[in-house]
Amino acid sequence: MSYTPEMRESIKRVEATRSARLSETWPTMTPAEKQEILEKFHPDYIREGMREIRVGVSKGQRMPLELADIVEGRSHLHSDSLDLEQIDYDTDVLVIGGGGAGASAAILARKNGAKVILATKLRFGDANTMMAQGGIQAADKPNDSPAIHYLDVMGGGHFANVPDLVEALVKDAPLVIRWLEELGCMFDKEPDGTLVTIHGGGTSRKRMHSARDYSGAEIMRTLRDEVRSYPEDIAILEFAPAIELIMDDKGQCAGAVLKNLETGEHLIVRAKCTIVATGGSGRLHYQGYPTTNHHGATGDGIVLCYRAGAKLAFLDTMQYHPTGAAYPEQIVGLLVTEKVRGLGAQVCNVDGKQFVYPRETRDVEASAIIRECVERGKGVRTPTGMLGVWLDSPMINIIHGPGTIEAKLPAMVRQFARFGIDITKDPMLVYPTLHYQNGGVALDVHGRTNVPNLFVAGEISGGVHGRNRLMGNSLLEITVFGRRAGRAAALRSKEVELGQLTLAHLDDWERQLKEAGVEPKLVSPILLPDYTRKVR
Amino acid sequence: MAEELIPIYIMGKKYMVPPTLTIMKALEYSGYQLIRGVGCRGGFCGACATVYRLPGDYRLQIGLACQTVVQPGMYLAQIPFFPAQRAAYRLDELEPTFQTVFTLYPELMRCLSCGTCTKACPQDIDVKQYMADAMRGDIHAVADRSFDCIMCGLCAARCPAEEAQYNIAILCRRLYGKYLAPKAEHLAERVREIEEGKWDAALEELKSLSEEELRKRYNERDIEPA
Repeated sequence: MSYTPEMRESIKRVEATRSARLSETWPTMTPAEKQEILEKFHPDYIREGMREIRVGVSKGQRMPLELADIVEGRSHLHSDSLDLEQIDYDTDVLVIGGGGAGASAAILARKNGAKVILATKLRFGDANTMMAQGGIQAADKPNDSPAIHYLDVMGGGHFANVPDLVEALVKDAPLVIRWLEELGCMFDKEPDGTLVTIHGGGTSRKRMHSARDYSGAEIMRTLRDEVRSYPEDIAILEFAPAIELIMDDKGQCAGAVLKNLETGEHLIVRAKCTIVATGGSGRLHYQGYPTTNHHGATGDGIVLCYRAGAKLAFLDTMQYHPTGAAYPEQIVGLLVTEKVRGLGAQVCNVDGKQFVYPRETRDVEASAIIRECVERGKGVRTPTGMLGVWLDSPMINIIHGPGTIEAKLPAMVRQFARFGIDITKDPMLVYPTLHYQNGGVALDVHGRTNVPNLFVAGEISGGVHGRNRLMGNSLLEITVFGRRAGRAAALRSKEVELGQLTLAHLDDWERQLKEAGVEPKLVSPILLPDYTRKVR
Repeated sequence: MAEELIPIYIMGKKYMVPPTLTIMKALEYSGYQLIRGVGCRGGFCGACATVYRLPGDYRLQIGLACQTVVQPGMYLAQIPFFPAQRAAYRLDELEPTFQTVFTLYPELMRCLSCGTCTKACPQDIDVKQYMADAMRGDIHAVADRSFDCIMCGLCAARCPAEEAQYNIAILCRRLYGKYLAPKAEHLAERVREIEEGKWDAALEELKSLSEEELRKRYNERDIEPA
């Protein structure tokens, strides 16, 4: 499964230019150049890929076609489908989603005195968090500050970010790193305890913390183990996705209907506060892109929250990670961590020539790769017809010394070695891949939505990243806002008086669809992607 | 050109699939919509532990379904769940000692050092060796050696001594990370500053800027050399 002879020819050209490139820094783009390349090549700017939604509180907002279809979907339930008096679980705080945001929320909700139920669609910890490799940002070095971090985040997000959310993100960042350290997370450190930090795309200081290239996995398994330490306060329900939120007759969110994925049984959870942390939607494959996302990333939470009346924001912007694997076929779309570029690897075309500064923000870097392949015809074609450019990983061991790649990028080395490619000796072929939902449900600094007692945290939310997220700010976002939502929900739950439970909002939704003349294409949330080959 | 298909056996049933697919994609090609035995699809989460056997060979092999390419005649089944015990503990009540590990997982000392776990590990971790490290009370060594563990449970599934190696490993990693790893002083200092409100004014000022001014500051900011 190693490279084809044609690809080998191109690799020879990459090798031929390598020593010269080591001392060659490609210039960064000017603001005007960045804007131009984005408008011409970034998938967010492809008008036919998006449409306005026609119903609900954020009617008129644009979003990808595939997402608009599920948002305008029909519910699995009607108001009279279930007897809501028959309550299976009664709790202070219900957390929907078992990734990093949900786990952080559960820990903080418990710490603030709440009884918690954490319900998740697949296994606890099956989430995009687990797959985040590169790292987590925090301004904790003497030459850095939360203010400098703020500036980087705003610039990266094209100044569209919600300032209060960004302030919360950058101010909590060092607090979160210390919290994780206290929970036993093994961040990369110097012998004296100094945290190892490197650059990411769009950072002006080296503030990317990592745990080898298992950063997200290390954070996720640590948080999961911590949640499991309190079985008397936090009940974990796996393979039990929420299919609708439940409201009460005072217009407050009051829990959710879960579905046992294996038996089909419905479960009624009554909760004084509900935190939706269901993550992103990469498995909807916008514009046909492959994705780095987890199997369960189907945008369920957006659908539930929207039907309950929560406002949306920034869903017309998705993040395409510049470097997804383009070869071999078995791992197409899989993440090749930005840390590879952070450690000095350059991006080269079929001729072994650089064409972009390797650490532009993700949207600009991705657009430059698309331009090189699509417009300039300088991509490398794989046997299945895919295009890609080279990410020259062997440079890392030349720059930092032999063994660096093996020590800093063990997951990447293993990933490619499984298919006969040695990234310490050969470059990797990459192309942009659908990575992250920049927007989502609108929230305030405590994770509150506009619906009473409904909170969101993590990738499902929208606002903090504006129109583009910087590397290392997603692991940060999920922990910062997971913690904030968990705490706020626990405190709020002490004051909540719930009324009569109801699913009347579903009938209202049906009515709105009818009035707008929308004939839903599907029933949503879809819960699982369907990759089965259609058989007779 | 039609691709030649090869036979595989999923839980005993025969299906014809393209030879380039991973086990996971072959299951989907065969008509399975996956719920259990599927996770990140990228080799990080351990959800898709798979046991298989090749024709003419009595030995059981293991792999991650999302990372292993099918082979002709492969007999396979996934292990969707492994009910290993996680000891009850709260990290902040523990001490980073052998005694802690042994008290929580007394079966540790039943390890036969047979190496079945090492052979079973899809991450090529030397599980036997970190179990030996654990028996010596070298928590740092367990943490370091087990670091790439994805907790798929295949080691435990194959262990004749009925150990839950991966749970012992995460206990040691957390003990190391919390108690034994050197503390980051610069981090503690920055946390202190934030709690004292040292950066509040600077952030308030940035928040008050017009977009134009903010853009200017951003475009003029100095960038730490790589």
